[in-house]
Amino acid sequence: MPQDPREPQLPQARGPVSAAVQEYLLGAGPLPPDETVARADVYGDDLQLALYICYELHYRGFAGVSSDLEWDPGLLRTRAALEHRFLSALRTDTPGHDSVEDALAGLLVEPVDGTGVSHFLSKEGELWHVREYAAQRSLYHLKEADPHAWVLPRLWGRAKAGMAAVEFDEFGGGRADRVHALLFANLMTDLGLDTTYGHYLDAACAEMLATVNLMSLLGLHRSLRGALVGHFAAVEITSSPGSRRLAEAMRHTGAGAAAEHFYDEHVEADAVHEQVVRHEVIGGLLAEEPHLAADVAFGIDVTGHVEDRLADRLLRDWAQGRSSLRTPLPSEIHHIS
Amino acid sequence: MPNSPSDSGQPCRIRVQHRGPLLVEGPVEVELEDGSTVASDRFRVALCTCRRSRRYPWCDTSHRERTRS
Repeated sequence: MPQDPREPQLPQARGPVSAAVQEYLLGAGPLPPDETVARADVYGDDLQLALYICYELHYRGFAGVSSDLEWDPGLLRTRAALEHRFLSALRTDTPGHDSVEDALAGLLVEPVDGTGVSHFLSKEGELWHVREYAAQRSLYHLKEADPHAWVLPRLWGRAKAGMAAVEFDEFGGGRADRVHALLFANLMTDLGLDTTYGHYLDAACAEMLATVNLMSLLGLHRSLRGALVGHFAAVEITSSPGSRRLAEAMRHTGAGAAAEHFYDEHVEADAVHEQVVRHEVIGGLLAEEPHLAADVAFGIDVTGHVEDRLADRLLRDWAQGRSSLRTPLPSEIHHIS
Repeated sequence: MPNSPSDSGQPCRIRVQHRGPLLVEGPVEVELEDGSTVASDRFRVALCTCRRSRRYPWCDTSHRERTRS
């Protein structure tokens, strides 16, 4: 795999809000006016990209953008306005459970007639579907487990120990060649995709941006630590069976050994992680801070909400035989390895 | 059998639950019925008890109740 440049390129603007944020980062214009932020579609491309750009300054930043802008007061004020709109919409639109137990119970059963993206890909996915899926998901998997590391200083005792242990596993257990983000880059190489960090940001749909924005939102705010823990539990609990189906999709499309390995590893790893997250992280957090139960339940439920929106988008586009990406992938696969 | 090369006589803790895998502190070696051995060096290992796992002896969450939506 070629060495990733540390800083990705700024993406193309998708409307007035993201255009203004981008110009501000380059020192070429003012931040977007409040009315413009207020008018933007909360789940739409423009607002989601503007928020994504604000958050990316906390990960790797962008080429040509000063690192100091991460803590620029004006930009943080704009980010807060975007976050307020996003979080308000999520709280209104997420079908919620009354308790953590009820929210978890819905995830701990396996529907025999599931209709999600992994079900589709395992049953009838073609190579082009699998490649698009990987390009979309690369926005998260190339920073896999990074947003969740922000919660560590906000946890104590069992919750901290459990969360740190799972994160250690996500980051390869001390072995650079087992870091999950690298295993995903290897999957992308199998699929003939560009492994450069941020390469598919321009191509990714708004629904994909929203899933990563949710993680960054919950990870960066201490006040949302309960929701971050709930979100992480939801990801880990649903990952193992989903990964088994995606490993099957990789096998029947002939994606390659590294592509199969990424999902095979997640079947096994996440069967462990879900146990640790439920018993140690959620259990430990709620023993210390029982008042966070409603936030944990919200974190579980809101993850389902944004993932369902992404699944609907992908399956709707694919049912019409069209690309889910803003810029379709080149059809030819060049195997690099 | 020592649980880990760095262990200083600490017993290996195993967590049992009514429904679900045994949770064992890793790393582990598991000897299967045919005499073969498989190993995992994960910090914790989930061992299948329902015998439905397709990655036996490791849990793959196949113990979960299957429902019609």
